[in-house]
Amino acid sequence: MTARSLIIEETPLVLYCLRRADDALILGHRLSEWCGHGPTLEEDMALSNMGLDLLGQARSLYSYAADVEGRGATEDGYAYLREERQYRNLLLAEQPNGDFAQTIARQFFYAAFADLFWRAMTSSADDTLAAIACKSEKEMAYHLRHSAEWVIRLGDGTGESHARMQAAVAAMWSFTGEMFAMDDAERELIEQGKAIDLGPLRDGWRATVSDVLRTATLDMPASSWMQQGGRAGRHGEYLGHILAELQHLQRSYPGAAW
Amino acid sequence: MNAAASDELLRERVIGIAGAVADPEIPVLTIADLGVLRDVAVDGGRIEVSITPTYSGCPAMNMIALEIEVAVEAAGLGRPAVRTVLSPAWTTDWMSETGRRKLKDYGIAPPARAAGRRALFGAETVPCARCNSADTEKLAEFASTSCKALWRCKTCLEPFDYFKCH
Ligand SMILES: [Zn+2]
Repeated sequence: MTARSLIIEETPLVLYCLRRADDALILGHRLSEWCGHGPTLEEDMALSNMGLDLLGQARSLYSYAADVEGRGATEDGYAYLREERQYRNLLLAEQPNGDFAQTIARQFFYAAFADLFWRAMTSSADDTLAAIACKSEKEMAYHLRHSAEWVIRLGDGTGESHARMQAAVAAMWSFTGEMFAMDDAERELIEQGKAIDLGPLRDGWRATVSDVLRTATLDMPASSWMQQGGRAGRHGEYLGHILAELQHLQRSYPGAAW
Repeated sequence: MNAAASDELLRERVIGIAGAVADPEIPVLTIADLGVLRDVAVDGGRIEVSITPTYSGCPAMNMIALEIEVAVEAAGLGRPAVRTVLSPAWTTDWMSETGRRKLKDYGIAPPARAAGRRALFGAETVPCARCNSADTEKLAEFASTSCKALWRCKTCLEPFDYFKCH
């Protein structure tokens, strides 16, 4: 017996919550894969703690999506009973951990965005989203500081660490454009003051990224070709594998609890 | 006694009982010290306790909710509903003076007050939780729990936890 997948009524607000929740869940899941494998004990704990922050943000957002959708879905249902195509996360979030440099590049690019995003969302006209933003922006400021320090330490480190950090920045770069993409559903919420216009965040993000990369003696990638698809449910080969691990238990033993 | 007055008396009792529940990760602090207990509402004997998370992913919240239910029930007041509220968001400024003193006595440096949003790479000074020396350095941004960082004192040479400012 396997659990049936959810059918979701994706109103703009539900979709908006699920997109942000999926970013946080999938990236948090990736970070949790480091647990017990970190390069040092402190770093193992840092990566696990950041994963926990993201999981907490995901839970708040899924709970709110469930309230808004009002059809009896739960935070667990969204996480465990949606198909790959129903997941709305950024392609960046599902990229594999790779070496430590790749994990750091992925975290840095996301945190530099999420820090600005959640800070702006603290003034959302939607009280719940504003409250979630108040917690998330502080957490993401820590993630940004932590990952930026590593980008600098590795970039301005040995020949080997510099080469790996540069390669990681290049490998993650084409997934950064999707963070600023908006569609009609989001524009509707922006007009209502519930969501924020992502366009103006781009300059701030580029400024942070270019400052840190310069300090790290790394080159800012010049390519402007960007991959998209995650927001619409079109994922790379990685998400299916993540979901197989994440959902296996609840799919095989529906409602299992302990 | 009218119903409103008896509800108010019950509310005060529940505030005392629920507020005394200890934080599972820093057991010297109660949830009243932390500012995690947000409100208690009583309506005709029905009790609703509102709590607010310190951090989004704080794993202690489920445990705290359970302990509130147990404590209120053990006092013979029936099972309360425990609700998590997100707004207004908790900040370290919600921690009481008593809480800050208990934290320091326990060996954890309390969060700086109203620190606001620090510059990304701005310098922080955290006085040593043991000897108060200002000559300290950060060892790790994330320590034993998600709300703490690990610091070291260069005067007394002891490591200490710092309750991060949020
Ligand atoms: Zn000292």
